[in-house]
Amino acid sequence: MKYELVAGFETHVELSTNTKIFCSCTTAFGGEPNTHCCPICIGLPGTLPKLNKKVVEYAIRAGLATNCEIAEISKMDRKNYCYPDLPKAYQISQYDKPLCEHGYIALSNGRKIRILRIHIEEDAGKLVHRRGDTLVDYNRGGVPLIEIVTEPDFRSVDEAKEYVEKLQNIMRYIGVSDCKMQEGSMRCDVNISVRPEGSEKLGTRTEIKNMNSITFIAKAMEYEYSRQVDLIESGEKVIQETLRYDDVTNTTSGMRGKEDANDYRYFRDPDLVTITVPRSYVEEIKESLPELPEAKKERYVSELGLPESDAILLTKYRKVAEYYEKASEGTKNPKTAANFIIGQIFRSVETESEKEEFNVSVSAENLNELIMMLDSGKIKMNLAKSTLDKMLETGKKATELISESDMGGLDDSVLNDLCRQAVENNPKAVSDYIAGKEKAVKAMVGFVMKNSRGKADAALAEQKIIEIIKNA
Amino acid sequence: MSESKIMQLHESLVKKEFSCRELTEKYIAAIEKDNSTLNAYVTVTPETALGTADKVDAKISAGEEISLLEGIPMTLKDNISTDGIRTTCCSKILEDYTPIYDATVWKILKAQNSVLLGKTNMDEFAMGSSCENSYFGGAKNPHNVGHVAGGSSGGVASAVGGNIAVYGLGSDTGGSIRQPASFCGIVGMKPTYGAVSRFGLIAYASSLDQIGPITTNVEDTAIVYDAISQYDPMDSTSQGRKGAAVCDTLKNDIKGMKIGIAREYLEGIREDVRIAVENAISVYQSLGAEIVYFNMPSLKYALPVYYIIACAEASSNLGRYDGIRYGFKAENYRDVNDMVKKTRSTGFGEEVKRRILLGTYVLSSGYYDAYYKKAQNLRGTIVQAFKKAFQACDVILAPTVPMTAFENGHAVSDPVETYLTDICTVPVNICGLPGVSVPCGFDAKGMPIGMQLIGDSFCEAKILNAAWQYEKTANQFRASDFGAKL
Repeated sequence: MKYELVAGFETHVELSTNTKIFCSCTTAFGGEPNTHCCPICIGLPGTLPKLNKKVVEYAIRAGLATNCEIAEISKMDRKNYCYPDLPKAYQISQYDKPLCEHGYIALSNGRKIRILRIHIEEDAGKLVHRRGDTLVDYNRGGVPLIEIVTEPDFRSVDEAKEYVEKLQNIMRYIGVSDCKMQEGSMRCDVNISVRPEGSEKLGTRTEIKNMNSITFIAKAMEYEYSRQVDLIESGEKVIQETLRYDDVTNTTSGMRGKEDANDYRYFRDPDLVTITVPRSYVEEIKESLPELPEAKKERYVSELGLPESDAILLTKYRKVAEYYEKASEGTKNPKTAANFIIGQIFRSVETESEKEEFNVSVSAENLNELIMMLDSGKIKMNLAKSTLDKMLETGKKATELISESDMGGLDDSVLNDLCRQAVENNPKAVSDYIAGKEKAVKAMVGFVMKNSRGKADAALAEQKIIEIIKNA
Repeated sequence: MSESKIMQLHESLVKKEFSCRELTEKYIAAIEKDNSTLNAYVTVTPETALGTADKVDAKISAGEEISLLEGIPMTLKDNISTDGIRTTCCSKILEDYTPIYDATVWKILKAQNSVLLGKTNMDEFAMGSSCENSYFGGAKNPHNVGHVAGGSSGGVASAVGGNIAVYGLGSDTGGSIRQPASFCGIVGMKPTYGAVSRFGLIAYASSLDQIGPITTNVEDTAIVYDAISQYDPMDSTSQGRKGAAVCDTLKNDIKGMKIGIAREYLEGIREDVRIAVENAISVYQSLGAEIVYFNMPSLKYALPVYYIIACAEASSNLGRYDGIRYGFKAENYRDVNDMVKKTRSTGFGEEVKRRILLGTYVLSSGYYDAYYKKAQNLRGTIVQAFKKAFQACDVILAPTVPMTAFENGHAVSDPVETYLTDICTVPVNICGLPGVSVPCGFDAKGMPIGMQLIGDSFCEAKILNAAWQYEKTANQFRASDFGAKL
């Protein structure tokens, strides 16, 4: 029998506000343990939380960018549980009135992953195990999080991968999070079940907690899918439990039911007042949202005529798209800048995080200047390409690298001379060309380009060479 | 001469009849003499007090102006955080806890050079009506030390009633300012929820807690209230005082003021207390006030609503005392869970554990709807009832407590019976209203009886105006044998 995978995601995204959700401590990653703390975020007796308005704004941004409805009235609740990394023994979160609800993210296969809710909450501290001791670092305690919960709409691991990547890109685009999975600023819990293909009934689900890489998510889901199918095939039952994924053994294992046994005793936090979100405020935020990657990609294809594959590469990271838009501004053909970026500049940014940062030695303005020189016929494509390589190497401007004599191409008589020399010095190519091998002319053009140090107009040279051969 | 003790002392300081150091030394000496009997203070801070006193004296000799509260010796309940001075909540679990920041109210008073004599006794985590739930033993009633000072702010009431402090700040969650003020024959006000910042007040039940003054007379309460009722950005529920200083209208005529009597408040209370309240009604009639009678049937739900909500919030608020970051930590544990369990089992007293268990129960899945949710709904009903009442009257007059101060040991022996004595004080907390307790007589044994005046939200000016007029006409304050003789 064939089995269908059914999965849903709960994703925690750390918001990149400067200060924590309920106090004015920094949210900076790292730092000496317990130095990004104050009486409020370590929950000293008598302290009170004060909601950071930026957190509400960022969560609304995230909600709007994922097509959510934004609540007019919201509130904060206490989720009570006892753990050493939680200094108040409750996490301030949102229970039954989340800020955002009923959104979706569209996948490339046309399916929509429905977003059930997005709520705001505080992060906990971190336990550090050292030489048999357990220490607590509260630097992360009180860092604002949004939790994005989807419906169980995933039917394949590929969909899950695409969703996480898309979510990551959207959050980065709108500037609410850096979504660095390796630093824990984006963490995923996945609910998984399987069911016979064609069946409508959901199977028993398990939850894999706290995964911090797309690769691990994919591997864990694949493993868990096969494990559940094997259990059912062998007549056993899937037990509803919380699992941890071990990336070394590539297996999942139970967390001893700790989470399921908890009764969080949610109730409204009496220390915080009702959050009211005026519609005008939501509109204001909507206005300020940048064009999202999906919309941008479509515009690049339909309005600029870029191939879809190029459009995807250019829109995936906000900084790349901004770079492209600046570099292509006012140029004749939008494809030129795209080709330079994808063909040459991308070679200097290998990793995803480098692309994300997009700190390249050639500024968008300088690339634009180079393309303008090409567009105006001052330089030819070959020279432009080699110049761009030099620009990448040295960080210099095109005008610093191309001398006056390099510009404007060659004097016509010089070109004629070089073409004549090319024909004379390449008898084999000439005979090949006469014998019908049209490509043989390229070797002679290459001779001209080399001897003119790239200044010659290759097309014109080819034309002249053919003329010389025919006239011989 | 002014009835206000704070005004009198202020004038004496300004006129240099005595120095602030002399005044402070008198109080420190009185504490040395009487605190072993009254057990009002759990921490005495003579160096801090004298240091501040010298600063005030320097200002006076330099001819600088001083504020009304400047140089006045006072005290704070031991659940109000004081930077560098231990703040125990009278619990073993915080016995050695010293805050690293000041509560907003103390910040305000410290900036005015208030002379802090020390921190005063209370029921552990403000849970109790006799002060006997204190880890340090209960505070005694200055009118008869065989009786309790009341609770939970028993230490402040004992110190102010026994004149080993001029005034103090307490906290009131279900009557913890008004009840001990009533027991000790002095004045205590629970302000409107949000009028005084809670930042730095160690929480018992966050939606009910409020800091307020305990003084020997109404004018002093007004002076202290005006000083501390400031908006505080550190407390989201803070709003500050609305309107002018309450001192401005304190002595206004009350002719035509409508004083409401909810019949339910006078049911089931001790005869002598009822008679004392009825005498107060006559006093108001003689002052030209109009008495309006009505029923408030929903008042009967106030007590269960209070205990469900207060315990629920307490069970969450007190979760942080786990021995990991500060405070008492049990020894000989197997692992972290065992450590937390042992710390809490031995660090908390019986009453605190009882309320944590009750609160945990009413919030548990399966019981939430039957208890907590129902209590919240009823809370709304009671709020509406008061709203309606204040359409018919300006202030409501009621007894503060159905009886006078218990004998020592009585409250501890029957916790449920003791809960019932909060019947008259809890409605005000449930609705976030202001209430002031004023002495209105004595029982046969000479123990004080108190009445309370309840106002609509942010109407402290009205209740204090009514209270001042009563006090002026029929002052029932009696000095005890204890304390500083000036």
